[in-house]
Amino acid sequence: MMNSVRIDAKDLHYTPLNQQIRAAVASGAKEIIIDNVLGQRFIGDGLRGDDVTITVNGVPGGDLAMFMSGPTVIVKGNADHAPGNTMDKGKVIIHGSAGDAVAHSMRGGRVYVRDNIGYRGGIHMKQYLEKRPILVVGGSARAFLGEYMAGGLLIVLGLNSLSPASERGIGSGIHGGEIIIRGTVDENNLGVGAKQQPITNNERQAIMPIIMDFAQVFGIDSSCFRTDTYTRIIPASARPFANKYTWE
Amino acid sequence: MSIGSTPLKFKVRIDPERCMNCGRCIENCSYGVYRKEGDDIRINSRNCVACHRCLAFCPRDAIDIEEKPGDYRSHPVWTREVREAVFNQAKTGKIILSGMGNAKPYPIIFDRLVLDACQVTNPSIDPLREPMELRTYLGKKPSSLSLRQMPNGDVELLTKLTPNLQIETPIMIGHMSYGAISLNAQTALAKAVSKIGTFMGTGEGGLHESLYPYQNHMIVQVASGRFGVDINYLERGAAIEIKIGQGAKPGIGGHLPGEKVCADVSCTRMIPEGSDAISPAPHHDIYSIEDLKQLVHSLKEATEWKKPVFVKIAAVHNSAAIAAGIARSGADAVVVDGFRGGSGATPRVFRDHVGIPVEAAVASVDAKLRQQGIRNEVSIIASGGIRESADVAKIICLGADAVYIGTSALVAMGCRVCGTCYRGTCAWGIATQKPELVARLDPETNAVQVENLINGWTLELAELMGAAGINSIESLRGNRDRLRGYMLDEGLLNVLDVKTVGA
Repeated sequence: MMNSVRIDAKDLHYTPLNQQIRAAVASGAKEIIIDNVLGQRFIGDGLRGDDVTITVNGVPGGDLAMFMSGPTVIVKGNADHAPGNTMDKGKVIIHGSAGDAVAHSMRGGRVYVRDNIGYRGGIHMKQYLEKRPILVVGGSARAFLGEYMAGGLLIVLGLNSLSPASERGIGSGIHGGEIIIRGTVDENNLGVGAKQQPITNNERQAIMPIIMDFAQVFGIDSSCFRTDTYTRIIPASARPFANKYTWE
Repeated sequence: MSIGSTPLKFKVRIDPERCMNCGRCIENCSYGVYRKEGDDIRINSRNCVACHRCLAFCPRDAIDIEEKPGDYRSHPVWTREVREAVFNQAKTGKIILSGMGNAKPYPIIFDRLVLDACQVTNPSIDPLREPMELRTYLGKKPSSLSLRQMPNGDVELLTKLTPNLQIETPIMIGHMSYGAISLNAQTALAKAVSKIGTFMGTGEGGLHESLYPYQNHMIVQVASGRFGVDINYLERGAAIEIKIGQGAKPGIGGHLPGEKVCADVSCTRMIPEGSDAISPAPHHDIYSIEDLKQLVHSLKEATEWKKPVFVKIAAVHNSAAIAAGIARSGADAVVVDGFRGGSGATPRVFRDHVGIPVEAAVASVDAKLRQQGIRNEVSIIASGGIRESADVAKIICLGADAVYIGTSALVAMGCRVCGTCYRGTCAWGIATQKPELVARLDPETNAVQVENLINGWTLELAELMGAAGINSIESLRGNRDRLRGYMLDEGLLNVLDVKTVGA
């Protein structure tokens, strides 16, 4: 098919790899499959193309889809640190786990991680008008989840009998957006500036289509999600520094 | 109120002999000093910050502003500033927020350095009749060139060159964000740099649409908050600058208070209106020098290796070693921001006490890079406390390729260095987002003033070079032999690698 391009990334540095991806998009490819990916950083960095799907077979290196604006990247494997870093638009779907700072400063689009993520997941995600980034994690997240969050939605489901967020610093410095954790969260694990409250019915209804989409993408049994308990973590204040200073 | 009132910072007087009761002072003061009562103009001196807006617009020179009219009992240790800071914090228990640059009377190294001139043994050059080369290229220079001679005698360059920024004068304008300063102020600066053939920084506030026509003269900044950063922004900039630190507040992040995040600022920064814009202290994807390399490369990769990437650090004790790491990160220039660098809002304790002077930092960075044989890998841009053309000449002698100016460009637009930028009520329309104040600053006329300033400095720089018998900025760079230290101690002379006067 003309619209489909296959790239062999074996022994290929990230720059020529990205050049091949850009060239494929420029020539009208809608489906790009990259085989033998082994640690190449920056795949899809700054890439545009709303209707382009890139399948990564292997394990990409750090900053996957950084600054990306539009395409969908599907990783058949784990990902390194910071997939979706400062991403603007599009989707990153990881059939595995990812490292630290997943969705760092993400501004729009979605990142789905089927399994677990490292430290500082969703750090400093932000939102503006219709741009509301979403990070969904199927398994568990390490400490400082949603640190400095300024906007967006972060959901951790704790599937496979894992505890979704059992380490300290959750929402540390959060001043916008919301973190939804399936189950309960130990108050001691909340960071400075974060508070938790039980989810309301309306809020549950609002996130359900996103969770259903996540379940469908990874073929997960979704029957329990509608009735499970969730915890919602939000900022204690949108102006955490408002009372810190006095004028000289 | 056990502390009660403290003496006035400023005393405002109107000379009744000269005042014609026109009320321009009332209109112009944005701090509420003046008010009309009946036919009289009344004064509340306590509100005065000495921004001189009233004085500048009084048609009769009737206004007089006196600093510190009421004395404390003088004491060399318990200065007025120290006592007032104690009063302030005893009342509030908060961090004292300040504006502009370092306000402590530390000795200024620039003022203890003197430049050389030719006498008899080598002739000086008259820039009026001889060409003076001030054009500078910022970015990596290859350590060697490989060439191939063609059969027809032409020579082909085989070495692949990396993109450089070409500036017609080694003076650029540093990063002052939309948010910290007004759009009219940024527009004036943008018009000036475009006309001159130099560059300005956007700061971490995104790039407003109305500045797109000047984008070829703008360096876009990526700081820890990543505000306004998307691929469109990165592609528009002539270069990209990663902000690690700022000379006015090394080691801490920044935050734009929600009051300053109006609709337009919110749109450019891409954050909700009225919310605090918080830039964390570190970049949370840079926890090591290896991570810095990754961010540099990610920006280059995103923009297809077409743009130089700068890294800006605050001048601190270990700047030289840090700069050596930056030079190996793939960055094209390192910006060294000294402790006199300005700021719209900075904790006073950081402004006055953290960091080192740019003169010492640049000299040691330049020396370290030369020692390691990597000086060609990065250009050095000096910023923070560059006040006049002599400072530009001196810092270039100490190893800088170019400078960023900030405060002096604002002064060219009327700023009186009152240091209350953090209040957001700048009467000159510079450090404010209030539409009625912003409208006071006309981008056209102010662009001319900024252009005049840079042109004036450039002429002076050419004269200084000519007097020293130097006709190219390349020959001034790192040329410590044309500097002498006057009353500097031996340790500092060694750091600067400069001899004392008379030697």
